[in-house]
Amino acid sequence: MKEAYTWAAIGLIVIASTTGDILLSHAMKKVGDVGELWKRHGLLKVIARVLATPTFFLGLVAMGIAFYSLLFGLSWGDLSLVVPASASLTFVANAFAARLFLHERVGRRRMLAALLVAGGVALMAI
Amino acid sequence: MTFRKYLVLAGVAVFSAAGDSLLARGMKDLGGVSLHNLSSLILAILDPWVACGILLLLAFFASYMSALSWADLTYVLPASSLGYVLVALAGRFGFHEAISPARWMGIALITAGVGFVAAGPSLTPSRKLATDVISQQEAQS
Repeated sequence: MKEAYTWAAIGLIVIASTTGDILLSHAMKKVGDVGELWKRHGLLKVIARVLATPTFFLGLVAMGIAFYSLLFGLSWGDLSLVVPASASLTFVANAFAARLFLHERVGRRRMLAALLVAGGVALMAI
Repeated sequence: MTFRKYLVLAGVAVFSAAGDSLLARGMKDLGGVSLHNLSSLILAILDPWVACGILLLLAFFASYMSALSWADLTYVLPASSLGYVLVALAGRFGFHEAISPARWMGIALITAGVGFVAAGPSLTPSRKLATDVISQQEAQS
């Protein structure tokens, strides 16, 4: 049962943080290059544009769910399993989700990079 | 890619690594938090290490949002994973911690992954940023 809860939490962390990353990335593409905006219109305009983007808040909610799922997962499973497993699976899930929902060009180079980083993060925990 | 953009990506990696390290240092001072004593998590922000960690994580979030405003998510995420490498290297050379062969292998894989992504374009070529569209409209009017 303990193992089932741990893996359920890991699944939830991966889904919530991937959703959060996709929504935040979508929001920031709508806002535009923050550096350019700051130079042209000032910091207040940048903050106003970010706060006027609904997907920014949805992204924050998803990130909040991911954070509490992490706390839940840590209360059931080992730190050395929960953190690297969820982080490395999130890298791979993000690569697929970015291609599907953000229409990013995720070619062989970026897919290989996601797999290398995911494997590297998993090894760092050993 | 301009120097400013590389600086923002470096900020994403450095601030997340430093923020996480300070949070972990502070939470060690506080000891384990049980489910029956969750209120101590709120008081944890009074610990100077935790407070500094939160400030650095806010700086991480600002640089992460800034990077996402001009680069693809699949470009920014691997770059942010360099933070794991920085923490391990800080442990090795700053605190003389031992790094196992598996962790050195992990460092090599992450560095190779980041190198692969960094050599390619930061933004999907067909994509236009909102600021580019605004610039075009301003130029036409």
